[in-house]
Amino acid sequence: MTTKDTTAPLLEIRDLAVHFPTPGGAVRAVNGVSYTLRAGETLGIVGESGSGKSVHVLALLGLLAARGGAGAIVSGSVRFEGQELIGRDEPALRALRGRRIGVVFQDPMSSLNPVLTVGEQIAEALTSHGLGRAAATRRALELLELVGIREPQRRARDYPHQFSGGMRQRVMIAIGIACEPKLLIADEPTTALDVTVQAQVLDLMRDLRKKLGMAMIWITHDMGVVAGIAETVQVMYGGRILERGPVRAVFHDTRNAYTLGLLQSLPGAAGAAHRSRLTSIPGQPPDMTRPPPGDPFAPRNRFATPRCFEEVPPLAQVPDGAPGHLVAAWYDLRAALAAEAAA
Amino acid sequence: MSPPLLEVDDLARSYRGGDGHVVHAVDGVSFRIGAGETLGLVGESGSGKSTIGRLVLRLEQADRGRIRFDGQEIGALRGEALRQLRPRLQMVFQDPFASLNPRRRVGDSVAAGLRAHGLAPDAAALREQVAALFRRVGLDPGHLDRHPHEFSGGQRQRIGIARALALKPRLIVADEPITALDVSIQAQIINLFLELQQDSGLSYLFIAHDLGMVRHLSHRVAVMLRGRIVETGPTAAVFEDARHPYTRALLSAMPLPDPDLEAARQRLTYTAAPFAPDAALREVTPGHWVLG
Repeated sequence: MTTKDTTAPLLEIRDLAVHFPTPGGAVRAVNGVSYTLRAGETLGIVGESGSGKSVHVLALLGLLAARGGAGAIVSGSVRFEGQELIGRDEPALRALRGRRIGVVFQDPMSSLNPVLTVGEQIAEALTSHGLGRAAATRRALELLELVGIREPQRRARDYPHQFSGGMRQRVMIAIGIACEPKLLIADEPTTALDVTVQAQVLDLMRDLRKKLGMAMIWITHDMGVVAGIAETVQVMYGGRILERGPVRAVFHDTRNAYTLGLLQSLPGAAGAAHRSRLTSIPGQPPDMTRPPPGDPFAPRNRFATPRCFEEVPPLAQVPDGAPGHLVAAWYDLRAALAAEAAA
Repeated sequence: MSPPLLEVDDLARSYRGGDGHVVHAVDGVSFRIGAGETLGLVGESGSGKSTIGRLVLRLEQADRGRIRFDGQEIGALRGEALRQLRPRLQMVFQDPFASLNPRRRVGDSVAAGLRAHGLAPDAAALREQVAALFRRVGLDPGHLDRHPHEFSGGQRQRIGIARALALKPRLIVADEPITALDVSIQAQIINLFLELQQDSGLSYLFIAHDLGMVRHLSHRVAVMLRGRIVETGPTAAVFEDARHPYTRALLSAMPLPDPDLEAARQRLTYTAAPFAPDAALREVTPGHWVLG
């Protein structure tokens, strides 16, 4: 497969929306998400439940129905290597998943088949995309070694339950990268892991990204993980992108009140003395059957202006910010913070 | 100095695995928690930290060791004596949804303990007590008659905390109480823990894998590895002057929410080695103990 225009982005998402009809009204999970990803780029997506971070990737992978989202209404456009994915049939998407786009989810136990050995499952990922059985078996061992599993010959014959959580997640990564995809999508892949195991998996991913030259979308709720792995950060809330940009810009020149709220609520934040009150974000995440009409974060934002409650702010370049640093906000966060400090 | 509220000495609990293999989940653990104090217990899954919580709460029986609570030996209490202990020692769980009966009105869940221990003279007084608990944990007392599914995750955890507070406990064992909550809600619940402690001198055994939150909330910290405490001491000593190689590896693995600090972070590795037969906690600076 070749891409004619080498300057075209690897992934281009335009106005993606996902709504789930329910008896209590449609859940408006994703409400117009647009972004692009370059070949080799690592995008970290931060958000909490209901932010749309996971649903929008399931939609572009065609996995909504398989993950409990049957009946979803998906609109907009997702072009991967120039080809439209939305509306493609399942065989076409299945051919793409695994081969061109690798996927790693949070819970390896529910993604792995308990009655097949780990070696068989990795080999299956390869043979289903055209590799011969003997070559696939050999390659499975190489992959186990690549993801840092010792004694791959022996471990390939083990079943998933014989692996620890961290080792199972490595197996999932081995399957995700088996066909050397151009894009790896990882949804909370280290959330269930212990912190030292998480650190090993993150090191492994940084290393593999370099070796394989693949792009990554790394979905997490952990600002520390995103700070360590992403080149570009995208903050999502209420099914929308509220801020996006180079990682240093988003962390050090924050322009959206929700991003700032997340950073300030962390125990290590500036001014958070030992056992002092943390600067928490008031209120609750929105009910996505009735999302707020304007900026989804407005009801929890002390800087919200009347316009924030009425009109959705567009995601636009920060005028005096780093190139590619985009924010969706009617308020000027820097000015608001300065005014607050002066008062 | 008054004696500690909780004194645990040489606590041990082992399980027999399916293949007959014995796992020493907790293997000779001793610690103290003072009145109004928070001890943070950290360690990886399988290190024994949750088992310690269950042993202290007497939800499980230790194989050996002593547990003294408020001056009383509680490790061997049974029947009515154990029931009498329950109000003073309460628990907050990780998953507030799983710990609330979905068909029961939340007010009734909070009232259950008060009723069982005969702590309300009549229905009106009971309802007033529950309403006061709701206000105390930041919930609207007008929502007493709602069901768990009508609340968000953070609100459900507040209900779980109200239920734990109902019987006026001295010690709360909180096992991963913020892990299942959205990031924007975690700080709210940590603030509630801090407020309740300041208001009523509660003690906490705070079990969590989020090292940042443990550091923020705890007066002292104990680090567990394979059923043993490998390091314990005042929070600042353990976090800023870690001595045990496992503690150092654990702290160095903690992701930092700053891209510059992340780029500079040096990760230390710890190679698992069996404990020496004579390994014991030794005091390196006042109150700071390291296994060696």
